[in-house]
Amino acid sequence: MAQTTVVKPGAYHDSVALLRLARALRARPGVREAAVVMGTPANRDLLADAGLLTEAARAATPNDLVIVIDAETADGAQAAAAAAEPLLARSAPDATRGGRSRARTLAGAARRMPDANLALVSVPGAFAAAEARAALAAGLNVMLFSDNVSLADEVALKRHAIRQGLLLMGPDCGTAYVAGVPLGFANAVPRGEVGLVAASGTGLQQVACLLAARGRGVSHAIGVGGRDMSAEVGGLMTLAGLDLLGADDATALIVVVGKPPAPEVGERIRARLAAIGKPAVACLLGRRVAVGTEGPVTTVDTLEDAALAADARLARTAWRPRLFTVPGVEARIAVARRGLTPARRTVLGLYAGGTLAHESALILESLLGPVASNLTGAAAGDPEGGSPSHRVLDLGADEFTRGRAHPMIDPTVRIERIARAARRPDVAVLLLDVVLGHGAADDPAGDLAPAIEAARATARGHGRELAVVATVVGTAADPQGLAAQTARLEAAGVWVLPSNAQAARAAAAIAGNETVRAALRAGGSA
Amino acid sequence: MTGRPDPSRALLADGARVINVGLESFATDLEARGVPVVHVAWRPPAGGDDASARRLAALQDASTAAAIQAANAAVLDTITGAHPVLVDCRPAREAMGLEERVVLHAGPPLPWDRACPTMQAAVLCAIRYEGWAGDDAAARDLVERGAVALAPCHSRGAVGPMTGLITASMPVFVVENRAAGTRAYATINEGLGAVLRFGANDERVIRRLGWLAAEAGPMLGAALRAGEGIDLRAMMSQALRMGDEMHQRNIAASALLTRQLMPALARAGRDTAALARLAEFIGGNDQFFLNLAMAAGKASTDPGLHHAGSTLVVTMARNGTEFGIRVAGLGDRWLTAPVNTPRGLYFAGYGPEDANPDIGDSAIVETIGLGGLAMAASPAVAGFVGAGGLHEAIAITEEMAEITVGEHPHFRIPNLDDRGAPVGIDVRRVVETGITPIINTGIADRRPGVGQIGAGTVRAPLACFEQALAELAATIGDRA
Repeated sequence: MAQTTVVKPGAYHDSVALLRLARALRARPGVREAAVVMGTPANRDLLADAGLLTEAARAATPNDLVIVIDAETADGAQAAAAAAEPLLARSAPDATRGGRSRARTLAGAARRMPDANLALVSVPGAFAAAEARAALAAGLNVMLFSDNVSLADEVALKRHAIRQGLLLMGPDCGTAYVAGVPLGFANAVPRGEVGLVAASGTGLQQVACLLAARGRGVSHAIGVGGRDMSAEVGGLMTLAGLDLLGADDATALIVVVGKPPAPEVGERIRARLAAIGKPAVACLLGRRVAVGTEGPVTTVDTLEDAALAADARLARTAWRPRLFTVPGVEARIAVARRGLTPARRTVLGLYAGGTLAHESALILESLLGPVASNLTGAAAGDPEGGSPSHRVLDLGADEFTRGRAHPMIDPTVRIERIARAARRPDVAVLLLDVVLGHGAADDPAGDLAPAIEAARATARGHGRELAVVATVVGTAADPQGLAAQTARLEAAGVWVLPSNAQAARAAAAIAGNETVRAALRAGGSA
Repeated sequence: MTGRPDPSRALLADGARVINVGLESFATDLEARGVPVVHVAWRPPAGGDDASARRLAALQDASTAAAIQAANAAVLDTITGAHPVLVDCRPAREAMGLEERVVLHAGPPLPWDRACPTMQAAVLCAIRYEGWAGDDAAARDLVERGAVALAPCHSRGAVGPMTGLITASMPVFVVENRAAGTRAYATINEGLGAVLRFGANDERVIRRLGWLAAEAGPMLGAALRAGEGIDLRAMMSQALRMGDEMHQRNIAASALLTRQLMPALARAGRDTAALARLAEFIGGNDQFFLNLAMAAGKASTDPGLHHAGSTLVVTMARNGTEFGIRVAGLGDRWLTAPVNTPRGLYFAGYGPEDANPDIGDSAIVETIGLGGLAMAASPAVAGFVGAGGLHEAIAITEEMAEITVGEHPHFRIPNLDDRGAPVGIDVRRVVETGITPIINTGIADRRPGVGQIGAGTVRAPLACFEQALAELAATIGDRA
């Protein structure tokens, strides 16, 4: 046992810093006790009580720093005393440390950012309405990413927002762009002159990406949630969004994306677009859409056509729908059809994007007949009905996402389904979407490719060739990279088409009969 | 079109400045794009506790919420508008009308048999000091027979640090709240070492108490009565700018007080030896001001009690066994829960195993926005919560702002660009967020008489606030 004392005259240190230093010294091996104090009478008494009042410490004055080490060996004591000085010198913590400003409540965040103008709410559905209400009460526009918000809450929130001149985007609003900046799950697209109002996240993404592919950018994109155009909600946010885009100087053309609205809501939307007078494209995915232009509004029936029509209107060029925009389609179809038997004619769509699934179901139905699905609305069909039958599954629907992340993030469910499809003798074509952008998985094509390769090998083992058709919703500027993701899928034997509509048509052409193929040829394949 | 500025249009024109509530990856993406964003580390209200969540929801009804907000605004005004002035120092029997054979203690009401050993030792010492018993055994007998009564300091307009004992002959400072006309009392801080407030129980303690009563108290009283009073609000505002938070650190406030007291003390007394003893005593105690900050807190918050409909906390206090709060809308009722044990740094030779459970009325300073709530003003104190410095100190004050309803107009914090200290702890926000008030505190040894062995911070137990919310939901809900 050995004690060492160091007295540093005239070295004032705050007592807290000294206590921390003592704790650090005490933690050194072989140190039994350490005291670092100013030499005040009270502190000298404390040293005495602890058996540390050495002769040198006893002589210290209140302006002296006293370090007393009690260690197992003299060397250990001296080493600890020597270590004290550098520790003392850097005991000042770094005040610049920190990073992101974090609050615990919306109110706390509003205090930190008094000029905030948007709350992005992605809490569990049961709590989402309360947070959205608080945000509106604080004068904030809201993007409500959360789903599972009741219709009654949605109506109340939107009425509240309208009274205050605020936007309430959502619920279940996955994507929006404000002044060109993407919010939520969104692709890197240029800023431009197309303004969107969308009742669908992946629908909006598909349109924005196809616009970007033609060099067109987005001014703003306002997500309104899938139920906004229903009779109950009455299109409150759709109409508010149209007014905003109508008054916005940066927006030269408006695109409305969604499912067919309630009739009276559809009337209001048409009337509002006519009143605004800017060129507009309406893409409201349903059966029996009357395609064409009336007044300022061009009506289309696929997401791709929404982008192409918008581009043509802005370029003031003529536009007509094309079923395929890439060469070599017929040859590719012929290859995929080799070895198909009458028993293997089923198309199975396994989708991450709900609106993409909806669009595919509509296209398959129009070409192949009834399609089973778990979708709601115009493309609904009993998922277990009429077996074997064409089938489109939205794997992002509630029944697949309980307790796990959305398939745009977590590929597990889709991988399982792909493996299962490989063992089904009736499935001729797998139809997939791969969605890129901020918020999506880091490498979605890489997640799926091994499962696709394995599925094709399994099918081949049973003497079957499984065709896989897909589209990649993304841009070259997305973090995952459109070209790299496409290449990864193609390496796995996937036929990647430039749009979801073209992918669905290709799937139908492979699985369908000669009449279908003739119809597609007549429609203008390249 | 109403012609008023439309905030949705402003959003598109100005670009988004985002509060992100939920998935943190969205905040990360926005930051990467240079979009201003504050992330909310959201958790389910009341930690997912259904009963509390239902009560919170019941108080969120629009008209109820508006009534609560109005009541809270009134109580906040009372607290922050208080003007505590130090006016006198006299024996408790004169100043407070405190009877013989009553021992006032810190915290909520405390039956003798539930008192911790430190508290018990201090009570016995106070009885011997008053001469009501000649030894501990006789003193204990008096308490057990009920011949000496125990009562909370708070029940008599007073506050006391640690054990907080007050008996009739002890001199107490008199602090007058000139905004409300109320008075509050606290003893003279005894200094460090073997002292009554840490449960020391020997002749040195009694000798010092005797000197305080016979010499120091009368000198201080004479000096104070000869003047106009000392403005404690101004002094605390100034000390806050000098690195004190008035709980753990009072060195600046003590110096400011000494500077103002000394001329009056010198004028009031002729005995220079006595004056020197007193000057030495005050000058040797960095925490001398603590008791005055506490009395100022008591004088400022008491007028907020009995304000129906308010959910603001007006008292927090600990007796070494239980932590108690009182809430403006619930009157005198104490809501209690077992105290926590402080975490902190220890003097040489001591460690956490030696620590007494949390004790003292000093948490009153947190109810007026000082102490832990004003941590940002006092980076030196932030070290007590761990590896902290200025950043952690600011983070603590920011966290406390989540559970308070206002900022103090007088207690401003230079490190926060002169923003006011967060003040007005709202029971609803505490339960909703699960963030409990943080209290800066000294740590006493669990063995009586050893004294202070460290300093640190302690959290108020959530259960007090959950009980308070239940009572508030019952009373306010019934009225609505």
